[in-house]
Amino acid sequence: MKIKTIVELLQARVICGVDQLESEVKNGFASDLMSDVLTLDTDHLVLLTGLSNLQVIRTAEMADIFCIVIVRGKRVTKEMHHLAEENRIVLIETPYSMFRAISVLHDGGLNAVY
Amino acid sequence: MEFRYEIEGGNFSRAGHASSAVKKILKQLNVDNKVIKRVVVALYEGEVNVVAHAEKGSMMVDIDEQRIRIRIEDSGPGIPDIDLAMQAGFSTASAAVREMGFGAGMGLPNMKKNTDQMHVTSEVGKGTQVEMITWFRQ
Repeated sequence: MKIKTIVELLQARVICGVDQLESEVKNGFASDLMSDVLTLDTDHLVLLTGLSNLQVIRTAEMADIFCIVIVRGKRVTKEMHHLAEENRIVLIETPYSMFRAISVLHDGGLNAVY
Repeated sequence: MEFRYEIEGGNFSRAGHASSAVKKILKQLNVDNKVIKRVVVALYEGEVNVVAHAEKGSMMVDIDEQRIRIRIEDSGPGIPDIDLAMQAGFSTASAAVREMGFGAGMGLPNMKKNTDQMHVTSEVGKGTQVEMITWFRQ
């Protein structure tokens, strides 16, 4: 699934990484627990999370995740924005709840990691 | 090549700086991306552990052509029972740490999973030392 499709399906706002909207992700993973995210060894992943802090971006940086969706209308901080830009990570905000965002993306054809 | 980074206990806004710096070095050295990911995930978990539990710590990194050797040391409460701490799901993390998305008791087991050799020593009331080795050719 292209990142631009994710943006459309989630009625989302792109905070940074607009030049990467044509990139493809293969799987989705949803968690507010970064320790769980760090156990994955899947590539081309989109991470959905309700956690909005700097460690989400750091976790994505370490785990080579290049697209993060922040759910439940939470706002991205300036520090998160800068760190995401520095690491070429696409950062997206959606007003949808975690459950709704996952349902919409799954219906759209995005697969689970496991 | 040897590098040393200081880690500040309790400062979550800086957690990940050292791991990020090591990731950049490994990329410059053209290490395989899958190996880089294993190394930096283990490093980052270790760095977060120091930030979450200790007053301060340091990360020593020694890289040669074949492997990376990392030693993380901290001054902190130490681990009374290392075998228990290695069990997935066991955690003594504070509510503040959990709010940051950590403290689920996955750190040490995930570090072990992502390194070829890991050795933990600890003294209660003094601190903890973790040594990890990962080979570049898997």
